[in-house]
Amino acid sequence: MFGFILRRLAVAIPTLLLLIVFSFMLMHAAPGGPFTQEREVPAQVLANLQEKYGLDDPLWKQIVDYVWGIVRHFDFGPSFVYPDRTVNEIIAAGFPVTLTYGLLSFILAVVVGVSLGAAAAIRQNTWLDYLAVGISIGAQVLPNFVMAPILVLIFTLSLGWLPGGGWNFNDPLYWIMPVIALGTSYMASIARITRSSMLEVLSSNHIRTARAKGLPEGRVIRKHALKPALLPVISYLGPAFVSMITGSVVIDMYFSTGGIGKSFVDSALNRDYAVMMGVTILVGALTILFSLIVDILYAWIDPKIRY
Amino acid sequence: MKKLLMTSAFALILSAPAIAVTVADGDELAENQEYRFWLLDAIKTTDPQKNTDVEGSDILRQIFEGLMNEDGTGAMVPGVATDYTVSDDGLTYTFNLRPEAKWSNGAPVTAADFVYGWQRAADPATASQYAWFIELMNVVNASEIVAGDVPPDQLGATAIDDNTLEVKLTKPTPYFVKMLSHPTTFPVLKSVVEEHGDNWTEPGNLVSNGAFVLTSHNLGVDITMEKNPEYWDADNVIMEKLTGITVNDQNIALTRYEAGELDRMDIPAGQYPRLKEERPDEAISIPYSCSYTYLINMSDKGREELKDPNIRRALALGLNRDIIVDQVLQGGQRPSYNWTQWAIEGFEMPEIEMAGMTQEDRTAEAKRLLEEAGYTPDNPLELTLNYNTSEDHKKIAVVAQQLWKPLGVNLTLNNMEWKVHTDRMQNQDFELARYAWCADYNEASTFLDYFRSTGSNYGEFNNAEYDALLDEAVTSDNPNEQYTAAEQILAAELPLIPIYHYANVDLIKPYVKGVALENVMNSWYGKDMYITAH
Repeated sequence: MFGFILRRLAVAIPTLLLLIVFSFMLMHAAPGGPFTQEREVPAQVLANLQEKYGLDDPLWKQIVDYVWGIVRHFDFGPSFVYPDRTVNEIIAAGFPVTLTYGLLSFILAVVVGVSLGAAAAIRQNTWLDYLAVGISIGAQVLPNFVMAPILVLIFTLSLGWLPGGGWNFNDPLYWIMPVIALGTSYMASIARITRSSMLEVLSSNHIRTARAKGLPEGRVIRKHALKPALLPVISYLGPAFVSMITGSVVIDMYFSTGGIGKSFVDSALNRDYAVMMGVTILVGALTILFSLIVDILYAWIDPKIRY
Repeated sequence: MKKLLMTSAFALILSAPAIAVTVADGDELAENQEYRFWLLDAIKTTDPQKNTDVEGSDILRQIFEGLMNEDGTGAMVPGVATDYTVSDDGLTYTFNLRPEAKWSNGAPVTAADFVYGWQRAADPATASQYAWFIELMNVVNASEIVAGDVPPDQLGATAIDDNTLEVKLTKPTPYFVKMLSHPTTFPVLKSVVEEHGDNWTEPGNLVSNGAFVLTSHNLGVDITMEKNPEYWDADNVIMEKLTGITVNDQNIALTRYEAGELDRMDIPAGQYPRLKEERPDEAISIPYSCSYTYLINMSDKGREELKDPNIRRALALGLNRDIIVDQVLQGGQRPSYNWTQWAIEGFEMPEIEMAGMTQEDRTAEAKRLLEEAGYTPDNPLELTLNYNTSEDHKKIAVVAQQLWKPLGVNLTLNNMEWKVHTDRMQNQDFELARYAWCADYNEASTFLDYFRSTGSNYGEFNNAEYDALLDEAVTSDNPNEQYTAAEQILAAELPLIPIYHYANVDLIKPYVKGVALENVMNSWYGKDMYITAH
């Protein structure tokens, strides 16, 4: 396992480098640049801007300088659109926000989703099953861009319990709606996957054997059913976790959280190359990291899996 | 001395009072003097010389003060300058600065701080996207400094002493003073910029000379400013706190306005009539200094068919602007048949023939012109309109498509992302393109200069008579004569299809007083506002 982890980490470096090179080239291939505006910037002013930000260098040199800046100083460069902020500062301001509501959404989705799915499978075709399935279908058909305004209408406008948006680390009232809006559809998916996986495991031979040996039902479920039933859930959780903690543009837009999701989209639209690269690398690194964690979890849950 | 006497400068004492705000009779002040206003997006910078956004300018006008401010009607009133003189040749402006003006750290605001700010804007090392603004002001050596040919200290702005600023221009510029409320011309404190580098604009580092100081800035969340006790007129500033709240969705902003979290916001398109009926005291529509148009590509890369002035005239005639304004936008915008926004100060709307016709007559004439050119619904002229992604642009484009179709024009709508649209316009890679222009200052030349042969002019309209008229206007006693003549050339040549003049449609809580409702630039100053008990 240790060798496997080392091998995966060794592969991660060229993967990230490829990601940087491809992203850089794709960005620069898109029409328009960071200083393309409705009102054309005069040629001399544009030349001054390009010189300041190194955009007048050949593309290969820009890529090399960029990677070298990261390797030497962990410096992702200056933002072109927010002239008094660096990419490091933008990520440092936005990522903790996204991480906070993403982690809480993740916990909500896993705890409620797994409980709901497992309960539905154990009590298949009872009112509990129908209720759990009903809740997860309901949550599934309410994507976050529908859920967000509904929550604002209910909790802000009608009840006046929660602020309609903004972000404050010191006040959990600001966290509630983003967490619910982001976590709900993931929760529904986890519940559905858990239920179907659990049903499959519960009808398998080793569970029949365990029951035939006279083990109590609770022990059968806890010891023999739940662990293998969670394998497909874990496969789903890897990418889901990354997409939750790297932000949702919908959540950031509706609740004005200042999270990194909106920065990602804005940087692409604004051709803010440095910010876009910074967020791309962050998402890429997290994706690689969490797919590795999923693989480790797989091996822990099912010792038959060998790498 | 002789030269000084020859120029015989004459004093222009600014007539309007400098005092910030007077509470109206019967108004009882609220205990909490906080104004919470809406921002669609994050404020990109609080550096006056690096800002490019309207919203950024709104923030900068609160925390910094230039030589001039604007009043509620858009007229120029004293800021840091109490008065100024202009030499007979119109090339030298001398400003007297108020000695009581101070920075938020208690240091006096001096003429050298303005000189530094202006040099900084032009300096290639700053890489300001608005360096062109100093060039537009025609300050001596501005262009040479931007080009890197002359050092910034050669700019034609000199501190004669701490309270006297002299500015030399390359040519008479009648609108020069109107540009002085623009943030690019605001002073900055050299010692602070040099001490903190790019981080000098962070709350805590930022030292400013406006009525408010920056106290926090959470990117994309909110920005707060609190009353500056060092401001020279602080005794007359009632507002204690200004908070800009970012809400990226206009409909959510409306919810938050209704929940009492915002005191002012822009009304989403199409909702003004309903909100005006529901909240007559809160929904307002005020003219805003921008014009919306379809640009025609007149360059060599443009369509041959569009080089025919009759075709361009037919397109302009066939577009029923009343439908767009009354049924699509519904926010108090005005149909336009000319380029300069109707409410620009001093601009007298010329009599444009098309504007005086009924739409029936316009449509009939458009049909006749197209038939003459050989185009009918059976043999239509195929054209493409580029527009950037926006529901409003799309709706207007669909209306144009439907209106032109029976006349014999098949319009293909080509929607694209903003940067792509802009890039194509700037490379003359279009037939018709949606475009809008907003004034840099409150005078007609800000619009008309666009269509100069050397102007931004993406359609590459080129007319020597037009250029000559605008050159003449610079030294004219009544430049409006040249402006209206220039508009007539645009109306005859039609390098554009004017569609409407903007209005800002806002919801403002009735307890917010002192909002500038007659300023076509929509510039506002928190120092002039207060909150009544509610």
